[in-house]
Order: sequence, then C-alpha cells, then structure tokens
Amino acid sequence: MASSESATVPADRKRPRSVGRFLRSQMRNIAPFLTLICLTGFFAAASPSFATLDNFGNILTQVSVTGIIAVGLTFVILCAEIDLSIASIANVTGIAVAYFTLQESYVNIANVPMPGWAAVMLALALCALLGVVNAFGLTVIGIPSFIMTLAMMQIAAGISALLVRGQIAYKVPDVITTLGSGSIGGIPCIVIVAALMLLAGHLVLTYTRFGRYVYMVGGNREAAEYSGLNVKLILGSVMVIAAVCSGIGGMLGVAHFGSAQQNEFDTYLLDSIAAVVVGGTSLFGGRGGIGNTIVGLFVLGVLNNGLDHVNIDSFLKILIRGLILLAALVINVYAQRLRERSVD
Amino acid sequence: MIPQRAPILELRGITKAFGGVEALRGVDFALFAGEIHGLVGENGAGKSTLMKIIAGVHAEFSGHFALDGKDTRFRSTRDAHAAGIAMVHQELSVAPDLSVAENVFLGTQPTNRFGLVQWRRMAREAGEQLAKFGIDVDPMSRLGDLPIGMQQLIEIARVLFSGARIVILDEPTSALSPPEVERLFATLRRLRDEGCAIVFISHFIEDILRVSDTVTVFRNGRKVAETESAATSKAALIEAMIGKGSEALGETYTDDIMLPPPTDRPAVLKADELTLARSLQDVSFEARGGEVLGIYGFMGCGQLELARILFGKIKPDRGTLIVGGEPKTFASTAAARRAGVAFVPESRRAMLFHQEPVYKNISISVLGRISALLLKPARERSIAARQVEQLQIRPAAVELELGMLSGGNQQKVALAKWLSYPPRLLVLCEPTRGMDVGAKNDVINIVRDLRAKGLAVIVLSTEPETVLSLADRIIVLKRGAVVREFTHEMVSKDRLLQAA
Repeated sequence: MASSESATVPADRKRPRSVGRFLRSQMRNIAPFLTLICLTGFFAAASPSFATLDNFGNILTQVSVTGIIAVGLTFVILCAEIDLSIASIANVTGIAVAYFTLQESYVNIANVPMPGWAAVMLALALCALLGVVNAFGLTVIGIPSFIMTLAMMQIAAGISALLVRGQIAYKVPDVITTLGSGSIGGIPCIVIVAALMLLAGHLVLTYTRFGRYVYMVGGNREAAEYSGLNVKLILGSVMVIAAVCSGIGGMLGVAHFGSAQQNEFDTYLLDSIAAVVVGGTSLFGGRGGIGNTIVGLFVLGVLNNGLDHVNIDSFLKILIRGLILLAALVINVYAQRLRERSVD
Repeated sequence: MIPQRAPILELRGITKAFGGVEALRGVDFALFAGEIHGLVGENGAGKSTLMKIIAGVHAEFSGHFALDGKDTRFRSTRDAHAAGIAMVHQELSVAPDLSVAENVFLGTQPTNRFGLVQWRRMAREAGEQLAKFGIDVDPMSRLGDLPIGMQQLIEIARVLFSGARIVILDEPTSALSPPEVERLFATLRRLRDEGCAIVFISHFIEDILRVSDTVTVFRNGRKVAETESAATSKAALIEAMIGKGSEALGETYTDDIMLPPPTDRPAVLKADELTLARSLQDVSFEARGGEVLGIYGFMGCGQLELARILFGKIKPDRGTLIVGGEPKTFASTAAARRAGVAFVPESRRAMLFHQEPVYKNISISVLGRISALLLKPARERSIAARQVEQLQIRPAAVELELGMLSGGNQQKVALAKWLSYPPRLLVLCEPTRGMDVGAKNDVINIVRDLRAKGLAVIVLSTEPETVLSLADRIIVLKRGAVVREFTHEMVSKDRLLQAA
C-alpha cells in the first residue's frame, strides 16, 4: 500500500520523507557511532593524556580479549539467542592450556605436561566440546539458551576450579605467549589476532551462505524453518562458534595477563554482551553484525579507559558503566520500534 | 418456540465498514431470553463482525442498539461484560498452567478479609458449579493436562458462571468429540431453560439445526434469512448461505463443475493412515504429478496439522509418508525440502522475512544449489529478477524491503521462492486468502503453470472457492478424517459444504 503510493509521488516530493525514513531505519547504526564520538570528544576535552597515540594503542590492547570473545557472541545474538557461559569457557580454556604445559617447580598443580601444540589442541577441543554441550541442550533437549548457558557457566567454572585447585599457573605454550603478549613492529599480537578474528567473523556473516542463514534464522525463525533451513543445525553451530571464540580469547588472555587462575575472566561476560548490544546488534536477532560490535567495543574501551584518565571516584565508575549500558539497551529496543514503524 | 415478549437485545440497521469495505449492511437482529439462536454464513459473511459489535469489541458502527429496550452503546468489552454479555472465542483463552478452579474463578477469586485467596472454598465452589454441567474433574488439577475439549467446556462454563445472561459461542464444537458435543448441548439447553440467551455460531449445520431454536443466515454482510430451526433443512440453509445466481463479482462456483479424469502418472506422495492425537485420524491419499489435489474442510478439521506433517514440521503419531516411492520420516523441514517437498503456510508472516529485501526472500530456498560456501549476490538478484518479472510482482525492485510490498505481492514472493528450482510436490495452505480478484487470478495461473510442468500440488483451504478454482481432485476432511473424495465427477460449492 505504502509503496504504490510513494511510487506515484514525484521524486522531489518524496525525498524528505524517505531521508527521514532512512535515518530512522538506520538509528541502530547511527546511535552507537554518535555515542562513541561524544564519549571521545568528552574525554579528549577532559584529560590531556587521553587523546594520544599511545593511549589509542592502550585502548586497542584493552579491548582485544573482549573483541575476540565478542566475535562468537555476535553470531549468537544475531540468532536471537544468548550465551552466558562465554567468560567461564574462556577461563577454563586458558586454565586448560596452562594445565597441559610444564610449570615451574614452585607451582603446586598436579598437571599433565605436553608439547605446546598438543596443549593448544586439547584446550581448543575442550572449549569446542563445551560448545557442543550448549548446542545439544539448546537444540536437541530444547532448553532455552539463557538457562542452558547459565548451567554451562557453572560447569566450566567447576572444571576450572578442579584443574587449578586455588593455585595460579604461569606458563603457557610459546605460541600462545607470543600471540598473547608479543608484538610485531610495535603492534601487539593480541590486537592483530582480534582484528583478524573480527574480520573473519565479518566475512563469514556477510559473504557466506552460513552467514546469510544466521541472519535469516534471527530475522524470522519460523519462516527460516518453513523455507527448509536446518534451524537447529545453525543454532547449534553458533553456540560452538561462540565457545571456540571464547576459548581462543581465554588462552590469549592468560598469556596477556601472565597467569591462569580461577575467576580471572568474570568481567568479560558483561563486557562482551555490552559490546555487542551497545554496538547496535538487535537483541531480537537478525539485525546488526561485526561492524556494530567493533563500534560497541570502542565505546566500551573509550569509556573504561577514559574514566581512568579523569579524576572520578573509582567506585562511581562502576555505576556510570551500568548507566551507559542501560542507555544503550534503551536505544537498542527503541531503534527496533522506530524501524518497525518506518516499515509500516 | 420463540417467546412472545420483548427481545432482550435488539439491533436495527447495523452497518459497519472496515476501511471502505462494508462488512455489515443494514442488519437487523433480535435476541430473546430463553432461546438458542444459531448463526450460519460463509467466512467473511459478517456474523463474527456482528457478534463483536454485541460483545463490545467494535465500538464504531452505525445503527440502533438496544439492550432491554434501552438505547445502549458499549465503548469496550468491559462495558459489555458489565451488562452481562460474554463471548467465547474460537481460540481457547485459558491459562493452561493454572488449576481448573483458578480458571473458573479467573479474576474473581474468593478472598478473605486479608485479601488472601480462599483456596478450599474456591475448589469446592468450582467443583459444585462444574458438576452442575456434568463436568466431573478434580478442581485442583492443572487445566493444561485435560483434553482440549474439556478445556473448552471449562472455558464455556467460566463464562456462564460469570453471571452472563447473553452468551455468544463462536465455533464451540470444532475441537470437541461427539460425546463432548452432547454434553455442551445439554448444558446449553439447561441454560436456555433458566432464561439465558445464547448465540451459537458454527460451520457444522447439523449442530446448528439440532441445538438452536432459531437460525439466521448471513451472506455478504446481509442477513438473508431467519427461520425456526424446525422449519428448515441443511440443504435450504446452504442454498441461503451461498446464494444462487451471480450476486457477487467474479466466479462464485455455485454451479456444478466437472472434475477431469484422474491422471495415470505415478504418485509423487502417498500418505498412508496418518494419525495425530486430537487432530487427524487415519488420513490416506495420493498426490500425483501434473495434478492439483484440493483438501477442503472447516477450520479446525486438521488441515494445518496435515500440511505440517507433509513438510516435516510435525511428526505423526502413526502412519507413513511415501515420497517418490520411498517411505520417509522427515526429521526436519530441511529433510522434507531435500526430498523435494515445498511448503507455503497460510500466514505470510510465517513465511517471509519482512526486514530483508525481496531478492533474499526469493533466493533463500536456492542458496544451497547456487553457492557451496560463498554467496553469489549477482546470481541471486538475477534469479529473483526473473521471478519478479514472471509473476509480475509490483513494484518490480528486488532490492526493496519485503515489508513495503502489498499483501498480494508478498504472497507472490512466497510462491516465487519455490519456483526457481521447482520441487516435486508443492503444499499450499490458503494460497488466495485475503487477496483481491486480480491477485487471486495471478496465483491461480501460477499454480496451473506448475501443474502443466508436471508438479504435484496440494492445496489446502477452508474456502470452497479456493479449492474449486484450483483442484483436479478434492478430498474433504471433517474432524480429522477423510469423509469424501471427489474424482472425475460433478462438484459444486453446496456439494462440498454438504460433505463437510
């Protein structure tokens, strides 16, 4: 109805309406970007030490682990599911790779030393397995992802606890040490890895058949099923992808922090979800992507880093982060509504 | 039988339009205390619209509305409730996770002076009231554990206990088994004798004739007949419902048409004794290449479930599907798709991606064939553009977001997605529902083209016209069972309605 009307309206008259409609439909992409610009402008004005090249490098490094985890989470949220076990899986994978590496004699862990490649492979297999369990619970048993991954969060934390038994391990395989804390030409390897994984995630979502299916399943699951897509296979796959991305983030994170211990990644659950959602990927699925996640990562990175550069009560910072996350969620839900109205 | 006193409810000259389309045109309707008033008419004839006006759902209409002889205007369903008018809608609206007693007292639970629910009293009273209507269940059992028919009886009971003196029942018998129908009828007769006025809408004309005192027939937004039930017959009512001659525009399919002789091609799909609890009972049929099989039945006859079994969405409790000579149990819709079955559900919302451009909606079904790993957007667009041109989808822009298209064009997109690489069997639910005449004809032509190419097509519809305009062979479903098959013989709308 609306389309046949606008087709008969002369081009010059329909322009303003369609620009407004375009802006409204792009609200979810514009709002996070504006947030980023405002935050950057604010901190640059408030602190002379913020807007420097060195500090930009700091921000990139600080968001890298979150970025690696958020790649997988973007797939999950695009399918209108959630994964609460990402931080725990990151933690257990980081601990596992240290568990399979020979530690210094003063580290009191009954571990199983192995060659570096084997340790990495076993750790990856572990996170993939946990992802498969998530996928099984979600698609075969039919447990909502929110509950299934809540259980997995506890299970992975439990495995972590059993492996380290309250101790701290320090050594990881050399390849992980290099990727996590080394640098090439002054650029930290972990930033390069995060950038490559974000790029890979973007390419998969944009240019592959699987990526299209992810958007279709998120956009209208019923229609995807009636189009003959194997919805359960796609949902299961994104859960495994999320777990493996988390595992990689966990291994590199352990190398980056220099130690593997219980509860090391706890803050990454909220940060990763916040990065994806603040970036504008719809919680209802089907809208958004890695580009949004990158903007979201920078919003969080600038916020966390910037708050350290201005003189604020460090306890107040926690509250401020919470309020900004709330604002982003409001925009996310509101953008969805605006969009639906512009389609009507 | 009609009591000779003033009507409890009297409507005169009721007219109601939706966006320029008149759903009711000058309808008079009177309802008396102590009568059961049956309403019949085709889908869209106006009976539901009239009942929604009475129940306060539609507040905007023109005409005269009097309750107990006083002019009344309901602004909402709450007003209607307060005046003692209650409607039981076709879809169940119960809380399956609450107990029977809580459902009976939904919103009116007895409380003590501290505001706490008096559970024992509630259970006792619910049990007593249900027993009065011959319903013997534990009032504290979970409602959702009971059979659907029992749930429906309890919902009806709730409405009756709410103190309503005018009760409107929309298709109450479609989910009930014959003994449950008997129990409902006994209850209705008792209520009538206690002085209630009851309106009973049903497609099952035998039911109407058995239980109601008066029958009113609607056609095209007009009341065309009102008689005493004892003085009419099923055939007469059907004739009044569909009318003879060409009153409406377009083909009305009131005259006999001759079905073609059956083809001798092999069966693409053979369904053998498909059974699904509460929906289907030993349904068997064949679909052959180059033939359109029509499956007709009233709403709730099991069509929706049958279509979903054919596409692997629901697994039957019993029975087999044989596709291309091999027995199949579809584990998923993807498996059905691989076996060459395609499906268009009755609701476009369940079929299309409204936020995505047209070309992605069309190409989704062929991505697996045209791309192994990487997408080929140029190829997708050209495939979509060809379909858009062939099916004359307007506006002809494959980049346009699907939600911007009109309903008829969206329906064509839903068909287009299966046509680039046609399947062996196409299952269409309500393919022309809610379409204007032009779009309907387009869809009919598309289906005929597919048949000419040798596809097997199954069309399921609750509208006799849809089935008659498309099908070469027709089977009629009634309460989950095949009751009649029309092959190479004369068929017409009233013959279909008679059978169903």
